[in-house]
Amino acid sequence: MSDYLILIPLFPLIGFLLNGLLIGRLSRPVVSTIACASVFASFVTALLSFIELTNMPASARLIEQTLFAWIPVGELNIEFGLLVDPLSAIMILVVTGVGFLIHVYSTGYMSHDKGFGRYFAYLNLFTFSMLTLVLADNFLLMFVGWEGVGLCSYLLIGFWFERKSATDAGKKAFIVNRIGDFGFLIGMFIIFWQVQSLDFAEVMARAPHAFIAGGTLVTTACLLLFVGATGKSAQIPLFVWLPDAMEGPTPVSALIHAATMVTAGVYMIARTSTLFMMAPDALMVIAIIGAATAFFAATIGLAQNDIKRVLAYSTVSQLGYMFLACGVAAFSAGVFHLMTHAFFKALLFLGSGSVIHAMSDEQDMTKMGGLKKYLPITYWTFLLATLAISGIPFFSGFFSKDEILWKSYSSLYGHPIFWVIGVVTAGMTAFYMFRLVYMTFHGKERMDDKTRKKIHESPRSMTVPLMILAVLSVVGGYVGMPHIFGVTNYFEEWLSPVLAGHEPPTHALASTSGGGAGTEMLLMALSVLLVLIAIYTARLFYNKKPELATALRGKLTGVHKTLQNKYYIDEIYTAVVVHPLIIVSIGLWKVVDVIFIDGFINTLALLYDGISQLFRHAQTGRVRSYVTVFVIGVVGILGWLVMR
Amino acid sequence: MVPISAYLIVAVVLFGIGTMGVLISRNIIVLFMCVELMLNAANLALIAFSRSLNIMDGHAFVFLVLTVAAAEAAVGLAMVITIYNNRESINIDRFNILKW
Repeated sequence: MSDYLILIPLFPLIGFLLNGLLIGRLSRPVVSTIACASVFASFVTALLSFIELTNMPASARLIEQTLFAWIPVGELNIEFGLLVDPLSAIMILVVTGVGFLIHVYSTGYMSHDKGFGRYFAYLNLFTFSMLTLVLADNFLLMFVGWEGVGLCSYLLIGFWFERKSATDAGKKAFIVNRIGDFGFLIGMFIIFWQVQSLDFAEVMARAPHAFIAGGTLVTTACLLLFVGATGKSAQIPLFVWLPDAMEGPTPVSALIHAATMVTAGVYMIARTSTLFMMAPDALMVIAIIGAATAFFAATIGLAQNDIKRVLAYSTVSQLGYMFLACGVAAFSAGVFHLMTHAFFKALLFLGSGSVIHAMSDEQDMTKMGGLKKYLPITYWTFLLATLAISGIPFFSGFFSKDEILWKSYSSLYGHPIFWVIGVVTAGMTAFYMFRLVYMTFHGKERMDDKTRKKIHESPRSMTVPLMILAVLSVVGGYVGMPHIFGVTNYFEEWLSPVLAGHEPPTHALASTSGGGAGTEMLLMALSVLLVLIAIYTARLFYNKKPELATALRGKLTGVHKTLQNKYYIDEIYTAVVVHPLIIVSIGLWKVVDVIFIDGFINTLALLYDGISQLFRHAQTGRVRSYVTVFVIGVVGILGWLVMR
Repeated sequence: MVPISAYLIVAVVLFGIGTMGVLISRNIIVLFMCVELMLNAANLALIAFSRSLNIMDGHAFVFLVLTVAAAEAAVGLAMVITIYNNRESINIDRFNILKW
């Protein structure tokens, strides 16, 4: 009973084909029904496969479906195969579940847009690609999905293509992603070279024999795969595209740039965890990059005034957390945070969309304030998500974040420094999130009267998804409660058959027996304390005594400016990468192309022209001269034949 | 019995006259007539050899050549008329637009 797996990606594909081929011919209700129903159908199918998995014994949880041999060439035999195991089951549930809610939300959010059909066609194509990515049972098929989501991301970021900033952002996202994809490809080649297979199961089974653990090859392969992940999941140094991606419609930011696509890198590393466990050096790089990204993105988030940009940097920062978890070999913690993050970050984005919708497309938080009484549902759901992301105890984010913090401290691959960075980042996260809440929903109303008159709570199609996601943000964490609360960590147990090193070895100081539990409690308390202080500070600065914030900003003008300008990263990249590239390109154009290539061809043409000038005079156009030559020729040849 | 060489001499002379006519004449009609003359010189040679060797192949060739010559004359005269319509002249030297 595994023939139905294909249905999971097939439904959105059908939705895409219907909506895409009949753009402009279907009425809006029909378009939204097709789009939402197709994703819902695939959610139901995903749920079925999940239920089937739960009924299997823990070690044998695996459903496979091979559709056809895709590329059978010599030793290379790649099958179009789908695979559901505990890991991909979680992913497809998140993708289709959160995806469905966002589709429903979009019907309200996009209701006045003239590109309605096109939007839903893209959205369905994205869902299809993402499902291909997570269901693939080999690297190449995963790469197809990987590229597919990149394409959809590009299309949807540049959805409002009349705006130049939107098309630029789309191109930026695509190009930066391509750089990462290049690494992914090379990594894939190395794996195929050594293992002679791209099938996940075979690679993982043969890797211990094909690679030397900790050797250069496996480390290189893992690092290259990670380069792919940094592109897709917006890590240093390739994170620059994600904040710009906010040019797309807000539900797109929620679906692609918060909940699903950007987590593909984390998923990929978890999927190939066996390889990564063989390359401790690569793991360390991942942990460092993850921690650094989490920290830097959070600092940038502190000083942004665009509501969506704050969330974008927050996403980058949270993705950094996930990579930190992967880097300390706590893959299940990373995937756990991926899931809870999908809930609360999607909710935050959708909430911000609701705010933007109400504010007549205003995104600047300095022009908001006091929206609480106008948008009660948005406010309360947004607040729940904020509490979750801040890591307030017993909200979903608390469990996943704390799991990561604890693992980054206790894992053999971890280090107290990672913990410190993580906790400081958590504090900053709480600060900028509450700053956002206070600036948007509390305090003085700073919008102009015209906008104020138009403020309205969003329609039901938008608020219901908000409420469902709010529930998930609150309770989503209970599946993975840490051991110290005396309960089973169902999430970790669920993933344990597929993840190598799901329980990373701990160093002596933090062994779970004896003193370890106490340490864990202490660290948890510390992080919660820091978060509470951060929230209080945010309240002080942005609600009670705004003059304090102004004064502080006055003292730290330089720092504030640097943060507001995102450390001038874009400018640096422009100067260091883009500019030299442009200069080289101009050189190639003006020198290589114009002088060498064109020059060679033109010289050749001139040469022929000159020779022709010489010989063209033979063509007199007079019949008699032709005949004369002809006769002389014939007589000459005959004479030669006779005389010979 | 006239020796074959006599026939051949006549044929060569006819062919020479035809060739010279094609080379020298400016009048397209004359040019055509000269071409016919060359064809008939060839015919004469064929017939002569056929008789002297007692093989009928030459006769068959001659009929073929005559048929082709008739067709060629028809096409050629049509062209001459077209040229005249265009140029008001049948001077071949004035019909030299296919040059550099």
